[in-house]
Amino acid sequence: MSDFRQAQWNEPILFELGHKGRRGYIVPEVEKPIKQEVGDVYTLLPEKMRRKSLPKLPELSEVEVVRHFTRLSQMNYSVDLGLYPLGSCTMKYNPRISDFLASLPSSTQLHPYQDEETVQGILELLHTLSKWLAEITGTKEVSLQPAAGAHGEFLGALIMRAFHELNDDLDKRTELIIPDSSHGTNPASATMAGFNTLVVPSDKTGCIDIDALQAAVSNRTAGLMLTNPNTLGIFEENIQEIAGIVHDAGGLLHYDGANLNAILGKVRPGDMGFDIVHINIHKTFGTPHGGGGPGAGPIGVSEQLEKFLPVPRIVNDGKSYRLDYERPHSVGKIRSFHGNVSVLLRAYAYILSLGAEGLKEAAEISVLNANYLVKKIRDLGAYELPYDAKRPRKHECVFSVKSLSKETGVRALNISKRLLDYGIHAPTTYFPSIVEEALMIEPTESFEKEELDRFVQALRIIAEEAKANPELILNAPQNTSVARLDEVKASHPRTMLLSWNAYVKRNV
Amino acid sequence: MVKSYRHPYIPNSDPEMKKIMLREIGIKKIDELYNDVPERFLLNRRLNLPNPVSEFKVKRHIESLLAKNRTCRDISIFLGAGCWPHYVPAVVENIVQRTELLTSYTPYQPEISQGMLQLLFEYQSMVCELTGMDVANSSLYGWASALGEAARMAMRLTGRQEILVPKIIHPERYATLETYIGPANMHARKVNYMKATGQLSLEDLEEKASSKTAAIYIENPSYLGFVETGGKEVAKIAHNNGALFIVGVNPISLGVLKPPRDYGADIVIGEGQPLGNHMNFGGPLLGVFACRGEMPMIRQMPGRIIGMTTTKSENRRGFCMVLQTREQHIRRQTATSNICTNESLCAAASAAYLALLGPKGLRELCEAIMLKSYYAMKRLSEIEGLRTPVFQTPHFQEFTVNFVNKRVRDVHEELLNNNVHGGKNISEEFHELGETALYCVTEIHSKTEIDFLADSLEKSLHRR
Ligand SMILES: Cc1ncc(COP(=O)(O)O)c(C=O)c1O
Repeated sequence: MSDFRQAQWNEPILFELGHKGRRGYIVPEVEKPIKQEVGDVYTLLPEKMRRKSLPKLPELSEVEVVRHFTRLSQMNYSVDLGLYPLGSCTMKYNPRISDFLASLPSSTQLHPYQDEETVQGILELLHTLSKWLAEITGTKEVSLQPAAGAHGEFLGALIMRAFHELNDDLDKRTELIIPDSSHGTNPASATMAGFNTLVVPSDKTGCIDIDALQAAVSNRTAGLMLTNPNTLGIFEENIQEIAGIVHDAGGLLHYDGANLNAILGKVRPGDMGFDIVHINIHKTFGTPHGGGGPGAGPIGVSEQLEKFLPVPRIVNDGKSYRLDYERPHSVGKIRSFHGNVSVLLRAYAYILSLGAEGLKEAAEISVLNANYLVKKIRDLGAYELPYDAKRPRKHECVFSVKSLSKETGVRALNISKRLLDYGIHAPTTYFPSIVEEALMIEPTESFEKEELDRFVQALRIIAEEAKANPELILNAPQNTSVARLDEVKASHPRTMLLSWNAYVKRNV
Repeated sequence: MVKSYRHPYIPNSDPEMKKIMLREIGIKKIDELYNDVPERFLLNRRLNLPNPVSEFKVKRHIESLLAKNRTCRDISIFLGAGCWPHYVPAVVENIVQRTELLTSYTPYQPEISQGMLQLLFEYQSMVCELTGMDVANSSLYGWASALGEAARMAMRLTGRQEILVPKIIHPERYATLETYIGPANMHARKVNYMKATGQLSLEDLEEKASSKTAAIYIENPSYLGFVETGGKEVAKIAHNNGALFIVGVNPISLGVLKPPRDYGADIVIGEGQPLGNHMNFGGPLLGVFACRGEMPMIRQMPGRIIGMTTTKSENRRGFCMVLQTREQHIRRQTATSNICTNESLCAAASAAYLALLGPKGLRELCEAIMLKSYYAMKRLSEIEGLRTPVFQTPHFQEFTVNFVNKRVRDVHEELLNNNVHGGKNISEEFHELGETALYCVTEIHSKTEIDFLADSLEKSLHRR
């Protein structure tokens, strides 16, 4: 199984390539009369603002540029190459048709300040998408503006502020409650929005400890941020009680949509009592992650919160689509323009393709796949499923390798690295922090049983290797473009190298 | 028994396959996997969404919807103001469409993600070369959020809660700044400009800068397109008051304009969209963020940073994310920012773009832009009843056009009837400038288009 080999190009850094005088691009022509009319542009710039020497960029031909980046791309694992079971990240297939449509000039060549009359097509698309997302999440109105999930969290928290401020209550309501199993962006977004984070523990079942939540809420509670199913992949079945406790205390509920994929067409956050819902478009709606972004993080809100959404709102006045800036209660702007449109356009294509039936099917199969893995991986005997193993998981599951680790010295990190040797991306590790030596696995609906079986087989072999030959795992990976990297050195102030220039200076 | 909608994106949606897998799990129906969801929350109806359709139909539908738009290929568009039309070379488009890059996640497993990591390291390095700064991160959401993050970083570094910004600032950027700093009890104060030149008033700045100032911020080129020439003086005022100096840039202009570090910048932010990314109706954008290389500054930086290292056996070079202890997944509520998903692929496009252009290409591009925008200013300024640029100062690719006796809105309507889209109406944003629009001319505008704009304006202003 381990004859996978990733490309290894020994590719130099751009700055080490090329040759003086080469060029990769010819600037669009400037007509002669223009040159004659304007003359030397440098003399137009004041001496003290002119750039004295050219920036030290590499000089490459087009051919070299293409080759360089093609080689780099071959040293990058992606969804198109195989299973990418990163828990919480929903690494599903990114349909080609969505990419194709997002590259049409009829959307790429639009300027955000064009007259509304000239952009009716894109406004209609975005408006319709926002209605669909409202239907999917069970919210009243959706803003498409946030650039990512965390941006949506920030906006959600800002809306909580605006809500409490309007009630003359903001001075008091300083606390945002999050469970200990939450993602790091939740508390970080709370801080950005000026709230203190209050962490509530999970109980034995991996869900919010209701007594602890009851004790945590007070007239200082601004709200609660929660994902359901939670980061263990377990559905918070006490959600009604949770919502009741928070609402009774005068707080609002924000739904972290990172795990929405599990419940598409099955359960709607709005119906569960959430007032604010953000959606990670790049997870649930099959838009590519681009090696880290761009994504999109729209938020949906209940009727009473609609007035706080950022401007402009896309509205339809019966005749045409318009941008409405007249929103006195709006939190204002969280970015320039209207949102990550090319990402949103892909989501529109995705929803259109799957329709209501397909979205529900996606949710169900993502859950089927996750529970299939639960069964198969548990059967291996080496991996434990903490927190009520009998309970079905939703779209993901979190295993612990604590025992295996005690027995063999092989940790979750090492197992991850060894998986790479088998040409499979590693699960998310060490998250959520309430599971020791965590392997967080999310298969999504995009992978066939055979690929899932291959993953299970790799885990089986690795468990055997851990006992028979732990060195093999501790020295992994060997089949990737580079072997195990020294990440400590990379972050140490004395050895850290953050740019080419720093490298050159260090090495003279 | 097993209901199913077989979809090409969902391999296991075949009913037989479902049965096999359900049997393995030891259950009969998928619904059993949802039996812990309280009955009352299970949606007992179909989502009110369209029916699934073929790819053919998806394509036809979206193509015809988008065909209702009029793009800058159908009409001449002279808009800028934070999102700029530039040519994106085919190579750049192709590189970011390589699905090894496109469909990968944040490189949490560096050994199998070297491609993206090296690319982002190269991007960071090129941002450093352009700006003159020591360290750049691998992207933020856009210029506006980068400004918010920079202000908060200055607050953390100085313990102060005020940022001074120019009165001539993009209103959306300013609004975003307020959104970002308000919750931290930080506030922004605007500094006046010189009436004739638009330049930041150093006098007003001196008066407002104090021991309360965390940072002074300027934009270069400014929102209204002119070059801010007093950078050095502003830096001095900032540093004399113990404040940081933040400069916002359109990075393309750094082919001809002095790198902000050379006039004293501590933090440089900007909009990377023009470097190889399409306008896309305003998103995604690319937040550029760079700063000086002292550890206390680096430790307060928001966003991901990629560093160069070696394998543990030290025999090969490699790249990985560094200083993650600043970030939300480790530091949680005390992280320097909440950002997680960023704009990496846009950064990758910018790296490819800058690699293609090289130092000379970038310089020539700036020259082409200035030649064309100056030509446009010249042509337009010959028209009676119109004043351009409003400020007597060097400009880069944008400039103000003031209409003496006519409303911008009316001029705009008449131009549009002529298949010309005029500049952004800024009359509401800067009342003191009267009926004024912000025009943008780049390398993509031909002489014919510019001449046609001039003729159309002439007609609009002098129609009997
Ligand atoms: C549970 C959870 N919440 C929030 C986020 C943040 O979302 P984004 O990366 O889109 O900002 C993530 C994704 O990484 C997540 O997994």
